[in-house]
This record gives sequence, C-alpha cells and structure tokens, in this order.
Amino acid sequence: MTPPETGAPVQYRTSVTTDAAAPTPAPIVVNSEPAAPQAPDAGARAQLEVVHPKHWTRWILSAVAVFFVAQFLWSLVTNGQYRWDVFAEFFFSDAVVKGLGLTLWLTVIAGAVGFALGGLLAVARLSKSPLLNSLAWSFIWFFRSVPLVVQLVVWYNLGYLYPQLGLGWPFTTDFWFASFETVTLISSFAAAVLGLSLHQAAYSAEIIRAGILSVDQGQLEAAAALGLPRRVRFFRIILPQAARAIVPNAFNEVIGLVKGTSVVFVVALPELFYTVQVVYNRNQLVIPLLLVAVVWYAIITTVLSIAQFYIERRFSRGALRVLPPTPIQRATGWVRTQWARLDDTPSVADEPAIDTPTVAAR
Amino acid sequence: MTTTTRLAPSFDENITAAPSRRSTDGLVEISGVSKSYGPHEVLHDIDLTIEPGEVVALLGPSGSGKSTLLRAINHLESVDRGSVTIDGQYIGYERRGDKLYELHEKEVLKRRTQVGMVFQNFNLFPHLTAIENIVEAPIALGRLSKTDARELALGLLARVGLSDKADHYPRQLSGGQQQRVAIARALALKPKVLLFDEPTSALDPELVGEVLAVIGELTKLGTTLVIVTHEIGFAREVADRVVFLDGGRVLEQGTPARVLLHPQHPRTQDFLRKVL
Repeated sequence: MTPPETGAPVQYRTSVTTDAAAPTPAPIVVNSEPAAPQAPDAGARAQLEVVHPKHWTRWILSAVAVFFVAQFLWSLVTNGQYRWDVFAEFFFSDAVVKGLGLTLWLTVIAGAVGFALGGLLAVARLSKSPLLNSLAWSFIWFFRSVPLVVQLVVWYNLGYLYPQLGLGWPFTTDFWFASFETVTLISSFAAAVLGLSLHQAAYSAEIIRAGILSVDQGQLEAAAALGLPRRVRFFRIILPQAARAIVPNAFNEVIGLVKGTSVVFVVALPELFYTVQVVYNRNQLVIPLLLVAVVWYAIITTVLSIAQFYIERRFSRGALRVLPPTPIQRATGWVRTQWARLDDTPSVADEPAIDTPTVAAR
Repeated sequence: MTTTTRLAPSFDENITAAPSRRSTDGLVEISGVSKSYGPHEVLHDIDLTIEPGEVVALLGPSGSGKSTLLRAINHLESVDRGSVTIDGQYIGYERRGDKLYELHEKEVLKRRTQVGMVFQNFNLFPHLTAIENIVEAPIALGRLSKTDARELALGLLARVGLSDKADHYPRQLSGGQQQRVAIARALALKPKVLLFDEPTSALDPELVGEVLAVIGELTKLGTTLVIVTHEIGFAREVADRVVFLDGGRVLEQGTPARVLLHPQHPRTQDFLRKVL
C-alpha cells in the first residue's frame, strides 16, 4: 500500500496503521529500544508490494516477432498474386468438397483398421508365444520396409500377379469353392484402403507396444494378485495407463495419415490433393489452389489437435495431482478475474475496512 | 496357535467386511520348495507350515529369498520343485495321482483370490480413485453388485481410517495412505491368507506407524498373515512366530521372544546385531 497522500483515503489508512500496528510493536518494545517510528513501518510490512523484474530482451524479441508476423499478414492481403478470389471460388467447389470427403473417409477407415490391427500386432509382439511374436515382428518389418507408394501400386496391379483369387484346394489354382477376378475384387479404392491400413498397422503396432511397455510391471502383478481376468487386466488396468503414452503419438500418426492419403494419387483416386492438382493443371493457378488444400488440411489438423487435448486430459486423470485448466476454463477464469477487478475498483475503500478487524485481532 | 484367543472382544463384526471365519481356513503348507534363477538358487528345499490364523514374520537379509517365498505362496512366482498349498489346495496345479498338472490361467486366478497381497510399492492403480481401486476386483470377478461393492469398500476405507479419501486418486494421497488403501483393496476379496511384502519399506519413517497400526488390527481378525518385514520391533509385537531365512534356507524359527532375543544361529545373531 502506498503512503497516505491526500483526500478521503488518508483518514481510513491512518486508522488501519494504528489498528494494525497496535499489537505488533509490543514485542519489539520489549526486545529492543522503544523507537517511535516503528509503528508505520510495521503497518507497511504486511502490505509490501512484490515488483517483478522487467524482461527487456523478451519484450524486444517479441516485438520483432510480432513485426514479422504483421508484415506477412499484410502481404497476404495486399499481394494480388495470392488470388484470393480464385481461392474463394474453389474452396467450397463440388470437386474440392468431394475430394475432401474422400480424404476424410480414407483417413477414418485406414486409421480405424490400422489401429485395430496394430493393437493386435502389439499384443502378439508382447505375447510369450515365439511364433506369434516373430510373425508380428515380420509383419511390422515388412510393411515398414516397403514404401507406401510401391505397396499401393502392387495392390492395384495384384491381378497381374494373381489373376484370380478364390477358395479351393491348397497349393493349387483349382478354386472349386469360390473364385473372383482380382481386377474386379480390388478396385482403386480397395487398393488404397489395403495399402494405407496395412502401412498404418505396422506403425501403430509399435506405438501401442511402446505404450503398453511404459506401464509399470507392478501394475500387472497387482492385477494378477487380485485374480483379475486377463481381459479386465488389459482393458481396465493396462490400456488406460498405456493410453497416456499412446495418444500423443497416435494423433501424430493420424495427422500424418490425413496428408499421407495424398499418395493414393498413384491409383488415380481423386482425394483432396489430387483434385486440386487436376484443377491447377487445367487453369495454371497453382498457388491459389494449393492454398485451398493447405487450408483444408489446417482445419482438419486443428480439429484433431483440439480432440487430442481433451483426450489426453481425460487419460491424465490420476497421473497429475491437479488437472490443468482447459483453454475454455482458462478464458472464463480470466474474464472472471477481469470482471471482478472492474467491479472492485470503485469499492476499494470498503474492502480493507472489512479486513481491519481481522488485522487488529491478530 | 489358537485363533480364538486372537479375536478381540471389541472386534465389531458390523463395521468390518470380513466374514465370520472358521478358524480352520487359511492353512499354508510349504513343502520341499526350491527355486533357481539360472545358476543362482534362491530357495532351497523349504518346509514351512503356517497354521490358520497364525501371524508369521519372515526376516532375513536382502537376497535371502523371503520375498520369493512369499510370492510362491500365491503363485505369482512358480517353483521348480516342491509344492505350496492353501487349505490343502494347490494354487497353480491340480494333483492327479503322483502328477501335478499345471492349471489354466483362469483357474489359477480364481484360486489366487483366496490369498491377498500387499506390495512394497503399493501398486495401486493410479488411474482409478481409492474406492475404484477397491471395488475393481469384487465387481470384475462377479462377486458383488456395484452397490454392494461400494458399500463394502466404504466400510473397508473406514476401517483403515480413510473414509474421507474415497474419491482421491492414489497420487493425491501420502505413501502411508496409499498403503492403507492397498490393504483395503486386498481385504475386499475376503482372503483367507494375507501376504505383506515389506509393506513399510517404501514409506517415510513418520508414515510407518499408521500402516503398522492397520496391520496390527488385522491380526485380530483371524486371517493368516505372512509378513516380510524389516521392522523387528513390529515383528516382535504382532508375530506369533518369526522365521529367519538366509541363502534360501530357513535357518531358525520360533516365537519372537526366542528368535529375536535369544537367537541360536550365528547368522541370525549377526543379522539382528546389524538391524537393531
């Protein structure tokens, strides 16, 4: 609190000083010399203000960064080469929206199948059976070795290697039970789904395995000592704890997959990126159309990042003593404190008046 | 060892979840148990019978095999030779004639619930609250409905003095409180035998007392207790029998007064000189 100056507050402050100081100097008087100016000093002690150091370099660097960002944003608006009119024309065009739909659909299928299969592979890798273990290891080794593009081309051209697929006698091509033309069975969409899913499975298997390994061995022992059945042990005890390590990497993978789907252009599937390419090859407006794709990817990534935040928060229950506030809670909290501050300003004089008795009582 | 003497008259059946128990339950027979990790033999031909309701303290230097022996009782650790039975029943095997057939995991898990275990590092499930930790097993094993399990858990929490911590996560509790929740969790399945693997070794010194007090209370219930501990004073106070192990062998056993105050074996004398 600042020293008394002029006006009404003076009277109030004097009363606080005397009230608050009254009990405090007593021991001082006993211990040392009875100095008269002790009283205001002691009163001020309770209200010493903390002054934070000024971080000048931080401020300067921030200002520089803000300048560059502003400069860039300004150029986005003023530079005609961006052709925002073209961007606006194509952003919601039928072809682009359809391509976006295909991108999302491929992501969802390949993500779901990939993670489900990856989960099984991870469990197989951790199983005590040497056969399952080495099979899973080989699967992961193979699909991490073969480039996705190659895989897609091979799946799409599987008919060249195996013209017919069917059920019949083993080790023969006598499909007496059922037989299919490979070309009709594996469309370009099926080839894309197969390639993306198997590729994704190999990578997610390792992520899930890492998550399971991160759970303390003691947890398994405790669960076993309680006689919990295997399924309960895995789904109720191990997986929720492993999820904390799995979720960030899994979202990395899914976000990678959203953009990774663009390689399906090799089997001529018109997903978002391929669609955009087709359009700019026709009208030569490369940058505006690439921006259309980029902004859509950014929107998807944003939505996924928000989902990631809340899912991570859900799985950190128990791992942290207190959960950090969500951005919404933080924003409402900030507004509330600002509001309270506004509310308080005129009534500053009465607030300490309520405090005075407590100060005096101490 | 008679269980009746141990059932304190003040023991209130209503606030405890443990059923009134026949004193014949909880007989642990360990015979000829040996176990090696590679060339290193951790247990050497151990014979030990623990009577129903008896409280046994296993003492010994680290590496003496006492923890392994404890874990062999509930088959967390399989043995190379010999057998362990609870009330005449093998946990991991089925005996037909002269052969022991290894049981399927499902059956092992079912039999294992007769034995509760409390770990050195508590091993509470960190993503579940105190009460969720306790109700997990009774619900998952289909023994109790959710409401019954909750009621049981609240009773157990009250017994270990943590009624107000039911909805806390383990990380929000002190070490001593966590270990008391772990004891309540082990009690929820109403085991005949309770195993304690150095229950206070991971605790700050000032928290040891609260856990020992809870274990001390349990000795009044008539459950068989096997406690691996370094708390010699506690062993002397609560144990009916002290078993001293070293190098995978039982070197000496007897009443606390005899083994702890008048040890016969030079290794026991040496050990007690070091820890006391």
